[in-house]
Amino acid sequence: MEDKVLMKGNEAIGEAAIRAGCKCFFGYPITPQTEVAAYMAKMMPKLGRVFLQAESEIAAINMVYGAAGSGVRVMTSSSSPGISLKQEGISYIAGAELPCVIVNIVRGGPGLGGIQPAQSDYFQATKGGGHGDYRLIVLAPSSIQEIIDLTSRAFDLADIYRNPVMIMGDGMLGQMMEPVQFKEVKGREVPEKPWATCGLYGRERHNVITSLFLAPEECERHNLKLNNKYKEIEKNETKFELYNCDDECDFIIVAYGTMARICKNLINMADKEGIRIGLIRPITLWPFPKAAFEQVIGLTRYGFLCVEMSMGQMVEDVLQVVNGRCPVEFYGRCGGMVPSPDEILVKIKQILNQREGVI
Amino acid sequence: MPRVYFKEENCKGCCLCIKTCPKKIIIISDKLNNKGYHTAAILEENMKNCTGCASCARICPDVVIKIEK
Amino acid sequence: MAVIFDRPKALLDVPTHYCPGCTHGIIHRLIAEVIDELGILDRTIGVAPVGCSVLAYNYFACDMQEAAHGRAPAVATGIKRAIPESIVFTYQGDGDLAAIGTAEMVHAATRGERITTIFVNNCIYGMTGGQMAPTTLPGQVTETSPYGRDVLTQGYPIRVSEMLSTLDGPAYIERVAVSSVPNIIKAKKAIKKAFIYQMEGRGYTLIEVLSTCPTNWGLSPDEAMTWLEKNMIPYYSLGVKKDIALEVK
Repeated sequence: MEDKVLMKGNEAIGEAAIRAGCKCFFGYPITPQTEVAAYMAKMMPKLGRVFLQAESEIAAINMVYGAAGSGVRVMTSSSSPGISLKQEGISYIAGAELPCVIVNIVRGGPGLGGIQPAQSDYFQATKGGGHGDYRLIVLAPSSIQEIIDLTSRAFDLADIYRNPVMIMGDGMLGQMMEPVQFKEVKGREVPEKPWATCGLYGRERHNVITSLFLAPEECERHNLKLNNKYKEIEKNETKFELYNCDDECDFIIVAYGTMARICKNLINMADKEGIRIGLIRPITLWPFPKAAFEQVIGLTRYGFLCVEMSMGQMVEDVLQVVNGRCPVEFYGRCGGMVPSPDEILVKIKQILNQREGVI
Repeated sequence: MPRVYFKEENCKGCCLCIKTCPKKIIIISDKLNNKGYHTAAILEENMKNCTGCASCARICPDVVIKIEK
Repeated sequence: MAVIFDRPKALLDVPTHYCPGCTHGIIHRLIAEVIDELGILDRTIGVAPVGCSVLAYNYFACDMQEAAHGRAPAVATGIKRAIPESIVFTYQGDGDLAAIGTAEMVHAATRGERITTIFVNNCIYGMTGGQMAPTTLPGQVTETSPYGRDVLTQGYPIRVSEMLSTLDGPAYIERVAVSSVPNIIKAKKAIKKAFIYQMEGRGYTLIEVLSTCPTNWGLSPDEAMTWLEKNMIPYYSLGVKKDIALEVK
């Protein structure tokens, strides 16, 4: 077991990718994730692997397409406005069923927005972003250690399902430093890539990487195939954490990433005041952990509180899952403002007063 | 004597070979292929005038023409 | 009797969807002949564009990738960097290369990316029905320049070969035409040289091939060849625009 090292989130992503066998990294500078590219620029050539700073995020995602199609593990990284640029490429990658890892270190939006952390790309990541019927597997770490674990997992998932996988961080996770440990983890069994365009070399038929299906019957067949794959992923790969949900709670908070960390502090604070709060922490944003809600919905007295660094995106999924069975509230800050545990506690007390008043 | 073979099902009747042939021995035949094009051909009696220059084959966009010499 | 002309192995024996007399067919065959003659079929990977030749991946026998519109040079870069021993070519039309794909084209060239681009210039957007391209000539009538290209409001055409030749990354750039058999023979030589330079790792290579679009020009295939020689060659001069071997160190 290696010693603990102090590492910046963005750099940990790079190191984890390298250890997962990432052969190529294509990226472009954008705050607050430029350190990922800088780290890869330094480390990849030392290992005889590929680092290339592309001319744009568009070019970078298309380089990812080419390399992924050639059968190698490949990653790109960007932040919100750059991820918007990549949407076309991501749709093509999903359509062509290519494995790759895309890192989004989310910042305030929309448009040029700000450079401070946010969670306002949830819709973009989980509801499409690019055109067509496709899904990204979206992983949301909430600590740097988890970034390392999930980055490794991301490459495996990408290969197993031949699908792009997004790691959704935010500006805070990207910039902060924490002690971490790189464990020797046995990766999952991943399939070979007989479909890759790596040269004929005696193969009878040439391989073609494409997402074009002009005949509608063919296109539909392809979409059904993709859809079946997404159903498999929903069945097998959903991941969440339940915190403080063993007994009855006044509220159950739903939060991910940095927000979940803050809410854990809040939960401990609230406990001292006799307010019992549990937490559902989605680790996969897609597939959304519906099962977590089924497990704990009977335990919450006043329903759910969804806390996000946005104007309310994940809350729509919570509303859909809860389906009117109990109240769903929302609290959020955006534009780079990070809620403190205190202000969330204030909001909780407000709701409690309202509810207990009615009762 | 060189011999020119036309793979008729590939021919789209574009006539580039006809215009290019320096000996002017290629014609559009009355035959219709399965795509509905009148295909290029050389009448047997004119084959002896072929020099095997392969100009027709070089300009054919559909690789219709095979030449033996 | 020996066969002196036949379909190259690198070109699959399938009918193409191209219009009668479309020069894409000639250019595809020249590339395939070069691949055969250089013995590189096994390690060649091609990248198809969006345009009339979007289905090029069905015609070449080597491994192929379909790229998003304009992105072929970036896709090719990903392939070549992932598999440096491969021979990678992109096949692109006017819109793909010189409109939406300008950034990718320039940067692959300036990086000296060891790939070969075959740029098919026919002064028009074919697949979408004949609209103005960055290469459309001044005064040329197209669907989106119905009164003839007015340079005052619609700008001037781009001479891609000359533009890229100002960069240090390209190793070989030549403009050729496929309007006649002598030109076709020269075009093949140029394409072969471009691939050889890639095999020698010299840098980025691009061959601009002046081509016809009989359907959207409203001309017969033969008339279109004449139109090319009369109108395009005076504007887009044939010849070598850059050759790294001729540069004094």
